[in-house]
Amino acid sequence: MSGRQDMNETPNSAIVRRVPTGPARKGPTGIEPARLTAGQPGDTRGVTRRRGKKVHIDAKGVYYKTLNEQIREEIERGATEVVLDNVIGQRYIGTGLAYPGVTVTVNGVPGNDMAAFMNGPTLVVNDNAQDGVANTMNSGLVIINGDAGDVLGYGMRGGGVYVRGDVGYRVGIHMKAFGDSQPLIVIGGHARDFLGEYMAGGEIIVLGLERSDGRAEPVVGSYVGTGMHAGVMYVRGTVEDHQLGKEVRVSEPTPAEIDRIREILTHYSKVMGLDPDPIMEEPFVKIYPYTSRPYGRMYAY
Amino acid sequence: MAYTTFIPSEFRVHIDKDACIQCGRCVQQCGWNVYTWDEAEKRPIPDHNKCVACHRCVTYCPGGAITIRKNDLAFKPSDNLAPETIKAIWKQAETGGVQLTGMGNDRPYLRIFDHLLLDACQVTNPSIDPLREPMEMRTFLGRKPDSIAVAAMVAKNEGAGGYRLVTEFDRQLQLETPIMFGGMSYGSVSLNVHRALAMAAARLGTFMNTGEGGLHADLEPYQDNIIVQCASGRFGVDSSYLQAGAAVEIKIGQGAKPGIGGHLPGEKIDYEVSITRMIPQGTDALSPAPHHDIYSIEDLRQLIYALKEATGYKPISVKIACVHNVAAIASGVVRAGADIIYLDGFRGGTGASPTIIRDHVGIPLEIAIATVDQRLRDEGIRNRASIVAAGSIRGSADVAKAIALGADACAIGTAALVAMGCHVCQKCHTGCCSWGITTQRAELTRRLDPEWAASQLVNLVTAWTHEIAEVLGALGVNAIESLRGSRERLRGLGLDKTTLDILGVKPAGL
Repeated sequence: MSGRQDMNETPNSAIVRRVPTGPARKGPTGIEPARLTAGQPGDTRGVTRRRGKKVHIDAKGVYYKTLNEQIREEIERGATEVVLDNVIGQRYIGTGLAYPGVTVTVNGVPGNDMAAFMNGPTLVVNDNAQDGVANTMNSGLVIINGDAGDVLGYGMRGGGVYVRGDVGYRVGIHMKAFGDSQPLIVIGGHARDFLGEYMAGGEIIVLGLERSDGRAEPVVGSYVGTGMHAGVMYVRGTVEDHQLGKEVRVSEPTPAEIDRIREILTHYSKVMGLDPDPIMEEPFVKIYPYTSRPYGRMYAY
Repeated sequence: MAYTTFIPSEFRVHIDKDACIQCGRCVQQCGWNVYTWDEAEKRPIPDHNKCVACHRCVTYCPGGAITIRKNDLAFKPSDNLAPETIKAIWKQAETGGVQLTGMGNDRPYLRIFDHLLLDACQVTNPSIDPLREPMEMRTFLGRKPDSIAVAAMVAKNEGAGGYRLVTEFDRQLQLETPIMFGGMSYGSVSLNVHRALAMAAARLGTFMNTGEGGLHADLEPYQDNIIVQCASGRFGVDSSYLQAGAAVEIKIGQGAKPGIGGHLPGEKIDYEVSITRMIPQGTDALSPAPHHDIYSIEDLRQLIYALKEATGYKPISVKIACVHNVAAIASGVVRAGADIIYLDGFRGGTGASPTIIRDHVGIPLEIAIATVDQRLRDEGIRNRASIVAAGSIRGSADVAKAIALGADACAIGTAALVAMGCHVCQKCHTGCCSWGITTQRAELTRRLDPEWAASQLVNLVTAWTHEIAEVLGALGVNAIESLRGSRERLRGLGLDKTTLDILGVKPAGL
């Protein structure tokens, strides 16, 4: 076989179509092979059920590109509520979607870069989400009823992300705010290292609510707010000095800031079905940058 | 004992008293405040220390009275410790800061373009006269299919006996000349520069690149000729910005500063820039060195396809700086799904950069084009992405040689700014540009008339295009496509064997 064929990674469409798409075969572990359930490039479209302005799409075996095309088509046809069933790792759900007033519900675990560049819709995930949620998101609301992965809200410019559980590393990196666009991330559980790195605006709140497995761990990881030069973070509980980046300071929130936290948590609790009062009983610490120009003095002109 | 500074002025400003008409225009023109007006003597007094030799005052002095000279203050001669080296040590000892500079690497490294010679036809294979014969300069950038299918046409009214292309191509960028404008952000350059580049790109049928600073609302009429950039700071990136561009470029690195991020000082973030970038006025615009969502080729693929999903599958360009393993990196970038790979050589780049990075990091563009083109050919994936070469393309000869080495098109940044009046004083990062190019100060930016600047750019690129047509004619070919990757039409002069082997070029005489 020539090297050229070896290197060619584009699947031959004829071969792809021979992959059985009938009843999913289960592997030795009993788990359905993901490549079958998440689909392959091809013609397979999700089965849709429409009732009024609400549409259900069965995502099983549907390739991400087709699934996202179907979502757009349904919204263009007038759907205001799109429910995706059997989602298993399809990427880019809600990516670039710019339809305010539309709700997309994901039943299952969506793939990476969900709601990237999203502008307006509400996206509800009834499971965990993976990496890159709300990458450079502009407006809208993402609600995750589980945990989320790394780099959530990277370069986010507006709208909100509510996470019920924990989040991974580098969350809220380089979030920025301008005028009426004020991004907001609320994390019900814990956050890993590099939270709010290079942060240039917006608000992050970490609640550190008890984990279901009862394990105790710091609410946030290390290097919090490294390179941060605008915006604010509120952490419920305590943050040690060694957890902080060099460019941030901590203080007690002012009464006006406490009111702002309460306002945010009232909405978050309503969405998540929680009671905000016990959450507000524990004190918060405010993390903020000490200068808007952390590297202003580093250079010789 | 305290000295103010050891550093002598770099230049000396000489005003011919007989020629000076005492109009005070030099005082008004200088963005660096070199001149103060002496009321008593009615004449300008220069502060030599502030002069950067940008020649704004020289050009606008009605009496022609001003001369800028190098300060030839004698230092003890030393090849090793040259005056520049000594001055740099003093500057850093006095400030403790990282040295900043701009406008490309000025060190005397080997310029390979100047050691490559083009072929011409004599007797056996006649040359073509480009003044009489049509020359195809049109270039399409983007992914080409692995194979194409054609169907025979049967119906008489459709041209029976001919063939019709059946294969559907991915979206392509159509260039009427193989020269485009490289990414320079609004913020680093003034809005009038962006306007001029956009107008010129539209008139020339080519593309300008926003750089990482968003797209000002005034440029929307030109959006079909604009490539929008998405870099690590994500400045100005939203769904409408992505929709506006003809293509999206992911900037991983740039030739001016391979491996490090951008840093637009707060002084250059005025109200308009802050709106376009969506950051508060006066804060530093920091672009992190890496994209924090890209730690692997797979992650790059994820962003490429996120952008394709968000734009309805527009072409995606990936810009990388030419570094040691550029061929392997480029292979990964193409496999990640990039439609265009933009190679930025170590010599070029308009960007402000720490001097150490600008002068010592990266490899020459010529080597990068040849190795990337060869690697992609060897792997059978050259058709999947177009190569754009940039990083000190100084003239049409560089364009022709870059294309012969394997590039599909070239991009110019420095040459475009020079066409608008830049005098390469390398002080872009200070925001004091007297020519109104790399500044946001209103009294300076209004000096650049975008209409005039656009016509300068159109003239430059039109002239270069004619020159490339002359080269093609001499080579006996009638399309830029026929020169692409045709290293057989190049010979090396004064290059060592290893370099020639890497370039895939024979020495002159063979």
